[in-house]
Formats: sequence, C-alpha cells, structure tokens
Amino acid sequence: MAKITMTVNGRQVSGVCEDRTLLVHFIRENLGLTGTHVGCDTSQCGACVVHMDGQSVKSCSILAAQAAGSSITTIEGLAQNGELHPVQAAFKAHHGLQCGFCTPGMVMTAVDMIRRHGSDLDEATVRSELEGNICRCTGYHNIVKAILAAAHEMGGVRQAAE
Amino acid sequence: MGVDGIGARVARKEDRRFLTGKGRYTDDMSVPGMKHAVFVRSPHAHATIVGIDATEAKAMPGVIDVLDGKQLLADGIGNLICGWMIHSKDGSAMKMGAWRPLADKTVRYVGDAVAIVVADSVAEARDAAEAVVVDYDFLPVVTDPVQALADGQPQLHPEAPNNLIFDWELGDAGVVDRALAAAAHVTELKIFNNRLAPNPMEPRATLGIYDAGDEHYTCYTTSQNPHLARLVMSAFYNVAPENKLRVIAPDVGGGFGSKIYIYPEEIVCLWASKRTGVPVKWTCDRTEAFLTDAHGRDHVSTVKMAFDAGNRITALKVDTIANLGAYMSLFSSCVPTYLYATLLSGQYDIPAIHANVRTVYTNTVPVDAYRGAGRPEATYLLERTMETAARELGISPAELRRTNFIRSFPHQTPVIMNYDAGDYEASLDAAMAASDWNGFAARKAEAEQRGMKRGIGMSCYIEACGLAPSAAVGSLGAGVGLWESAEVKVNMVGTIEVMTGSHSHGQGHETTFAQLVADRLGLPIDSINIVHGDTDKVQMGMGTYGSRSGAVGMSALAKALDKVEAKAKKIAAHLMEADESDIVIEDGALKVAGTDKSVPWFQMALAAYTAHNLPPGLEPGLKESAFYDPANFTFPAGCYICEVEVDPETGRTKVVQFVAADDFGNIINPMIVEGQVHGGLAQGIGQALLEGVTYDDSGQLLTASYLDYAMPRADDVPSFKVSTSNTPCPNNPLGIKGCGEAGAIGSPPALINAITDAIGNNQLTMPATAEKVWAAAHAAN
Repeated sequence: MAKITMTVNGRQVSGVCEDRTLLVHFIRENLGLTGTHVGCDTSQCGACVVHMDGQSVKSCSILAAQAAGSSITTIEGLAQNGELHPVQAAFKAHHGLQCGFCTPGMVMTAVDMIRRHGSDLDEATVRSELEGNICRCTGYHNIVKAILAAAHEMGGVRQAAE
Repeated sequence: MGVDGIGARVARKEDRRFLTGKGRYTDDMSVPGMKHAVFVRSPHAHATIVGIDATEAKAMPGVIDVLDGKQLLADGIGNLICGWMIHSKDGSAMKMGAWRPLADKTVRYVGDAVAIVVADSVAEARDAAEAVVVDYDFLPVVTDPVQALADGQPQLHPEAPNNLIFDWELGDAGVVDRALAAAAHVTELKIFNNRLAPNPMEPRATLGIYDAGDEHYTCYTTSQNPHLARLVMSAFYNVAPENKLRVIAPDVGGGFGSKIYIYPEEIVCLWASKRTGVPVKWTCDRTEAFLTDAHGRDHVSTVKMAFDAGNRITALKVDTIANLGAYMSLFSSCVPTYLYATLLSGQYDIPAIHANVRTVYTNTVPVDAYRGAGRPEATYLLERTMETAARELGISPAELRRTNFIRSFPHQTPVIMNYDAGDYEASLDAAMAASDWNGFAARKAEAEQRGMKRGIGMSCYIEACGLAPSAAVGSLGAGVGLWESAEVKVNMVGTIEVMTGSHSHGQGHETTFAQLVADRLGLPIDSINIVHGDTDKVQMGMGTYGSRSGAVGMSALAKALDKVEAKAKKIAAHLMEADESDIVIEDGALKVAGTDKSVPWFQMALAAYTAHNLPPGLEPGLKESAFYDPANFTFPAGCYICEVEVDPETGRTKVVQFVAADDFGNIINPMIVEGQVHGGLAQGIGQALLEGVTYDDSGQLLTASYLDYAMPRADDVPSFKVSTSNTPCPNNPLGIKGCGEAGAIGSPPALINAITDAIGNNQLTMPATAEKVWAAAHAAN
C-alpha cells in the first residue's frame, strides 16, 4: 500500500492504494470520478483515456504510483464554469455519441489530437489517430465530423486546449 | 410543429451528462457495505465436476464467502429458461437441456460459471478465485454444428440426442421441389454466416442488494429489458418474489441485443447478497465478455433459387443448421426460425418458399439475438444468392431485383409475413443515383491503371420490426406479450414526466420521446422528462430490442397522450365555459378555436390538481397511462450499395464508398436515425470484413480479447452516404417503422457482393480477411 498524491482537474488529491492499482482504478474508485471508463483489459479500447501532464494516456496502462506528482485531467475537468469545452460541444452538435460509454475517452483523445494538429486536421488523420479508441455505436462517422468541426472552431490553437 | 417537435434535428438531451462524465452506468454504482464478486469459470469446454474445494480461497485476505452450484440448487434457484417454444416438424417440442446459473455437475463451454467469490475488493476476489480448486473429469468436445449432428459425437444434454434441439420447417416442400425441377435456371449456393461477439463497449455488470429488513431485493444491471428481468427472475428462477424485487437498468453502454437476456451473474449476485448479507457487485472484463455474452449469427446454409425463362423467381429452398451453443438462451429459439425464415421472401414476389432449420448444441457460448437477429442471416443468404444469380443469368443485379420486386401492398408472402407498405424501387433508384452506379465502369478502369481491383455490390433488405401482435406471436410459441406501456404524468406546474417501458441504451429516447410530447402539446422540450429503466418507477414494460421503441413504445406514448389531451380539454373547456370540442392545444396553451380565449397549459395543470373548479364528476389530477399492442410487424426496407478496392498484392479490401437508402416510415429525429444507420453499417462492415468468433477443436476461444477479435476502427470504415424515403407504416398511429438494425442487416451482403465482383471469384466467406481475399483473388486467376 502506498499513499499517492497528484493534481486532478486542478485540485491536489491523495489516496492510499496497492502497488498494483492502475491509474484508471485509482481515478474511479479512490477519487470517485467515474466518467473515465474501463472497456477492455488489453489497452485496446481507449474508454479510459485521460490527460497526464497535458498528453493523452490510457489510464489502464499506467500504475497509479507512476502518476504520482503528475497533473491529470479527466473528462470531469474539461468543461469550465458550466460551459462545455468546444470538443464536447461539437460532439453534441454533430451527434458524435450514442450510448456514451466510449465518449469520455473519445473526447480526451480528440482534445489532444487537436492540440497537436490544430486546424490542419483532415479526415484521414482523424481516422488514423482514432486507432486506439473503439466505438461500437456511431460507426465513427459523426465522431470524425465532430472532431473536424471542433478543430475548425478552435481555429488552429496549438497550445494545450485545457 | 415546434422547434423541438417531430422531424426536427434536436441535439440530444442526454448528451450533456455523457459528455461531462456524469453518466451513471452500473459499474459506477456504489452502496454502503458493498463487496465485489468474481466468478470461477470453467477452463474446459466439456467436463464433469468431480469436486470443488474452496477451503484455501475462503481463508484468503478480504474474502467474505465462496458459493457454488450445489448451494444454489439447495436454495431452490431454478434453471435458466428459453422464452420461445418451437416444435419440430414431427410435432415434438424442442429439446431443452438444463442450464444451471452455477454448474453443479457438468460444464459445457469455456467460461461456464462454477462458483462465485465475494471479497472486499475485486483484486482480492480475483486472487481467491484462482485459489478455488475445481476437480474436472474431461469429456469429449464438439464445436462444429454440422459435426455435432453426426452419430457418435460428444453429447451435450441427455434430453437432446445427436445434439439436435429441433428440426423445424416452414413452407411447402413439395411445391418448392416441383418448381425447382421445372425451373429454367437454378442458382445454388452454400452460405456461412459467421459467429459474432456483440461487444457493447460497456461490459456487463450487476449489483445485487438484499435488504433483510424489508426482505426486499434490488438489482442494478446492464439490461435492455429490466421488467423482463424482474419477471423471469421472480416467476421462473425463484430468486425473489416479484413484489419484492426492483430491477434498475441505469445508463447502459450499448446492448445490440446482448443485454436483453437474463444471465447467470444477475441471478447469482442477488442470491449471493442474501447469502452473505452484503451488497454484491460484479463487473466483467472484456475477456469474460467474449467468453460469456451471448454470441450472434453462426449459420450454415444451402440455398437453391429457381427462375423461369423471364428471370422471375419461382421458388426458394433453404436448408439451415444453426449453432445455438451449449445452452438455449432466452430468445435463442425464435432467432433462426420466426425471425429468420419468415424474412426469406425479402423484397421479392416469390410464390413458394421452403425452409428447414435444424438447431444444434455445441460446446460454445450460447448464441442469441444480436443486432438484427435472424434478419441479417436471411438477408445475407438471399442477397448473396440474388447477386450470384444475376451473374449466372448474365443480367445486371439491379435489373434482376427490379424484375422480382413486390409492387403491390399489402403483400402476403408464403412464409407468414404480410407486408403492409413499401416502395422498393424508390430505394433502389435512390441508392443507384447516390452511388453513381452508371459511372462505375470508368472508376473500375481508373483503378485498374493503379493496379487495384474495384468492385461494386448491392443488397436490397427487408426487416420486420416491433414483433406483434401479442396473440399472433403467442400462437407461434412466444412466452410473453409484445405490447408496450407508457404513462404521462402532468405535474402540478405543467411540466411532464413520461414513464416508458422502452429502455434507452444509446438510442436517444430521452430526446425523441420528449419530441413527440413537445410536438403534441407545444411545450419546450426541457419541460419534459423521460423516465425509463426502473421497475419501481415505470409500471410495466417490455424493453428495447428489435427496433421496437419507436413503433411500439412511442405508439403507447401517443395513446397515453390522447387521454391526457382529452382530459386537459375537458378542464380547459370548463374553465373557459366553452365546448370541449372547440379546444385546441397550441404553443403551451389551450385555446378556444376562432376566439382569443386561452388558458396556459400550466394553469390548466394546476387547476387539475387544486380541483377547486373541475367539471362535475371529473377526477382530480392529470396522469394517464396506456398499453399498445401493435396490429402487425412493421417492415423497414432499403437498398445498400458498396464499392470496394482490393489490393491484389495484399488482399486488403478498402471500402471506398458506402451508400444506404432506407425507408423507415415517419421519422422523429433525422439526426438520431442517421446515427443509428451509421452504427449498424459499421457493425455489418465489421461482420463482413473483420469480425469472427473462433474456437479451436478443444473448445478454447481463440478470439477472447481485442487483440484477437478484430473490431472495426475508425480507419476500417468510410464516411457513409445515407438517405431515407418515408413510406409511412399504416399500422401504428405514428407511421414509424424502426431503424436500429437496418445497417447491420443490409450491409454484409453488399460488401461481400462488391468484393466478389472485384476479384471475380464468388467463393468467399465472412469475415473477408486480407488472407482469404488474396487467396480467392489468386484462385480466380
């Protein structure tokens, strides 16, 4: 068991967990932030994507202890002052979600994708970069539309989008 | 129509919580004192349980208890049932083998549950589950359904000799055989429909809570059908009395059919909660989902289609073997029969059809309904055959279909169904125009210059949605009615809560159902709340499957709204001293037509509850409910055209264009309908190109994770071109047909037809992996 401290969604938090505890379980169970989901056990589906020090990571592939001292953003930390982040708003406007289970991971992946590519994003790049996120509901059609629309909306801002 | 009404592309009300991480799925639920369960599962496909020793496991850190099948049996918990009785053609009933929620004597597939471990944490439960020692005596294994029927094969259930569950037929074999003998041309084909894992992104989970004070049970579960879960668990399995059991299916992360059924884990967690005195939560991991979620499809068929000299179909003969796995799941028996053979007429006027279906036990996970359920299997068989016949007859596939389309309605097929309305030529024309069918030859020539083989394929599907009416399906063996219920509660301030028995797990009911109410009453959509998925809040329901929520669930809502409107008009007429026949409801007010008199909706609502000034004899309050039992199925139909490029060097297929032209009748929210089609298309493309559950000869599942089972990803599918025509369904008050399964039904044959067109070899089975396509392309040369 170890006590771990990190910054999550701008607040310093700490918790006690076993050495084998994955970051995703620490976030969900110790911190009660259940927006980050577990969809597989082989790091293939991307439902658990969060940002660690500004970059998207699969929180099922990192031990909680490895994230100690880092700054984590989860889906709960994306909207500010009750306003949806432009990527969240684009997913809603373009019907980029159905059951909503893969959605937090999709959104976090998309935010990082736009941070890196800005408005240079094109459909082929979006589809290629979504390789690590599986959606079973939308056929990806509207997710791709939403991400491209958000990139356009955000006007090619290349710095961290959160 | 208001801005939020029928036909508007309203952004979904439910999205905000999903987008901000506030969705509440079953695994997100925690209650005080809750413990965690892990199941001990059989690593063998077929074995006798000699003994179970949990001594070491029970002593491990955090372990509350380890419970097995003998204890479950001792507590009188019953076997899992199949809800649809099918009889063989000799009149005998289907042969049900017993399915224990925890196997007590024999395990029959890898993953069959043997015991449950309850511990403080998932990790501790998992550690202890590995320490449970189960002594197995191995039995011989059979996984192939054709082989399973042969003499001398391993026998799964003593009740089913030769593993045959039933040998069922539909149609007149004599008439069909005579037509085949007299035909100008007969097209013959062997068809395999590959086994699929449904894979909703949310793994199944259940939380069983027994309250000893009230002797009351609560079950949170990942279900498309909480009311049915309550009925079955109380009436058939004896887990809890119906009046003491609340089932809640909160946010559910996709279902696609696989969450209709009652699974052993729901039963065992509720029972274990009573046994241990603590709430018990179980959440499966993805490998467990591959091992235990009901699979879909898995048919082997031969087909013969007879044509006259004018290329008109004279008869169709189908012989199918359907693999149902180790046990009969809840709806397993109706899928390869009444949901399959009854759709074998497709969009075509076929005078005679005969289908023979044999269902078989094998040492594999149970097979049940998956998106489309029977209709994809029928459509794949029929549309592969039509395309093959067109090639053999030397005419265009569009022309062959046009020649045989049904053109007058209602149309009675020889296989039970009575199609109510449709315009198949309109869908075909729309799809051909959208795909630039006529420009294909030039695109093919251009692709050839790049060394690529380009192909085009089409599929004209029909599906039957909203299984109905209850009396008819009852006569065919269904164990339940197939109505739906709705209740409309107008609050004292005029806001509205709708309680629906339909369940939403991605389809957007909280928006579309509210759109219907907004349209009828002229109220803002935010003043309407849709409540579903909780047997304590919603009185009755039959859940969501078979694209029934719009056609059946919303029709029930429309009926309840009729009653609300009638009573509201009575109250308003009384308040304004007008005749109730003169009252109209518009823009959130009740108006006297042709005058400037009106009462705001909220004022009428308040008057209903203050009851200070109601018409004499009128009950206070404004809350109405209705049941709706449809008069017939609904029949969505459409035409899909797929264009592919195959790289002859690698065999890799790229879908370069996919066009869907569907007729769904009237549409509440086009944005949501298009989303349903996109998702269905991706699942169908997944079946055709990538997905396939594979067992080895010893019954080990070789595709038990996303590393081994190829799920369609964003780069595997194109952007889709979708459109709809809207021939209203004449049999329900809203004219809705249903759209949820269409994409998965119509797309696999279009894609395989396109690949076989590209490579010039008709011998190709799904999934058309690069290796298979490469081999077929080179065999053709």
